[in-house]
Amino acid sequence: MRKVYGDHVAVDGLDLDIRRGEIFGILGPNGAGKSTTVEILEGHRKRDAGEVDVLGEDPGKASRRWKSRIGIVWQNEIVIGDLKVAEAVRHFASYFPNPRDPEEIIELVGLTEKANARVGGLSGGQRRRVDVAIGVIGRPELLFLDEPTTGFDPAARRQFWDLIRSLADGGTSIVLTSHYLDEVEALADRLAVVVKGKVVAEGDPATLGGRASAQAQVSWLGADGPMTHRTDSPTTVVSELAAYFKGEIPELTVTRPSLEDIYLGLIKEQETVA
Amino acid sequence: MTQTLAGGPTASGLHAGGSGKLPGAFRLGLLRGGLEIKGFFRNPGAVVFTFALPIMMMTMFASIFHDKVEGAGVTVSQLYVAAMLGAGLMSTSFQAIAIGIATEREEGNLRRLAAMPIPRSSFFFGKLWLVLTTGIAETALLLAFGVSFFGLELPSDPAKWFTFAWVLILGLIACSLLGIAMSSVPRDAKSATPIVTLPFLVIQFISGVYIPINSMSGWMQNVGAFFPLKWMCQGFRSVFLPDQAKMLEQAGDWELGRVALVLGAWCIGGLVLCLTTFRWKGRRDG
Repeated sequence: MRKVYGDHVAVDGLDLDIRRGEIFGILGPNGAGKSTTVEILEGHRKRDAGEVDVLGEDPGKASRRWKSRIGIVWQNEIVIGDLKVAEAVRHFASYFPNPRDPEEIIELVGLTEKANARVGGLSGGQRRRVDVAIGVIGRPELLFLDEPTTGFDPAARRQFWDLIRSLADGGTSIVLTSHYLDEVEALADRLAVVVKGKVVAEGDPATLGGRASAQAQVSWLGADGPMTHRTDSPTTVVSELAAYFKGEIPELTVTRPSLEDIYLGLIKEQETVA
Repeated sequence: MTQTLAGGPTASGLHAGGSGKLPGAFRLGLLRGGLEIKGFFRNPGAVVFTFALPIMMMTMFASIFHDKVEGAGVTVSQLYVAAMLGAGLMSTSFQAIAIGIATEREEGNLRRLAAMPIPRSSFFFGKLWLVLTTGIAETALLLAFGVSFFGLELPSDPAKWFTFAWVLILGLIACSLLGIAMSSVPRDAKSATPIVTLPFLVIQFISGVYIPINSMSGWMQNVGAFFPLKWMCQGFRSVFLPDQAKMLEQAGDWELGRVALVLGAWCIGGLVLCLTTFRWKGRRDG
């Protein structure tokens, strides 16, 4: 898949396979071509070259039937303003051949108490949840979530994650783009890191970029202050330390590189390549 | 090749989201209309602007100029009331729709609709229902004002009311379709108001809304005759003014056949323009 704006190549030979029933994360710095990629998959943007197949159809020529099988939660807020939450959700439900129950969805996104409030008067996070409710109302087989939890408080994010997991358990496939690495790590079965319009790494969050086999870091408080040791066999190091301290090791931590470390490493690598 | 949902078990049975009959375009149009009307009446700014402006204009013009027109058996205020009916209809349809859609496009509402299983025609129908409601309500208000304060006489002949009905409906449809087409011209919501209002103002002048048609130069009359507004106003004058007053028209006659023809042609032309130019997306969304 390829997309060019003037001289700028936004998506350059990007290749992805997303499987049925999985949560697929797309990570990348701003301007990496994530949103462009997702918008091409959604049928909202035209590609310049390449083949795209989403649910058996070319999204560039999407039919009404195809649209009834996908759901989208857009990155930018969509103004609904003067409608009430329940009115808006019920209205959009009527577009679909086999929608979910609007009341049930409102409950699921935690807006039951606000069902009769105007959308324009809600907080940013609550309005976002209305977007999510409308995105899933048609019982989509494939759901696109573009930065879905921007503006959520931590509790609302956790609640949202549960919702996404329950949808995935029900068989919905989900394509998630996010800036929040913890979010992708918590939700995604597989993910791809996109930099400068190319996939630079693809895999499951636990093993991405050699994460599982990377050296662990053991830290503790020694007699001369904080100590750090990188090792392939952290268990041995810890048992040696335990023998040395004769019991509790002060301020002991054992860490493997976080997804963030791996991700930042990948981006840095790409920047030096260019 | 980029593929989403390759392989794996088929989802039939598991999620039935896309299965079953898609709702009909007409029914969705009615639902859209209900939503548009609800949204409109909950926005006091839009309500006041839409209804009060034509009444204010009518009041001003009809109060300032109220002399009798020589030999035509009407007062200038009566002429204004009839003209303002046409201009009011065009503002609730053409102007309100063009600015409204440009705003919705910027606010992302159209982008969402583009991704939903709803045909464009349902969206257009929804706008038409809104405009029928606001247009008829506004016309009723203008008539009430005209009768109460400016010597407008309601006809008793049913044929006149029939003329009134078809001029109103054809005019509304033509102007609404033109408004939908016009909504693609402004770059963003901010520039929509001047870009839509300016030509509308010019059309009002050359269509004889503010200045009686017989006092305008010939080329202005001819340019004005190209647009639907002149014909809407002429149709309304034929309904509400005494027959004698047709001497003031460009052709010295009400020309109802031509009114129907021009408005009908604009309905068809507007529909073609709409279908060929309407974009869900803004210019900046690739």
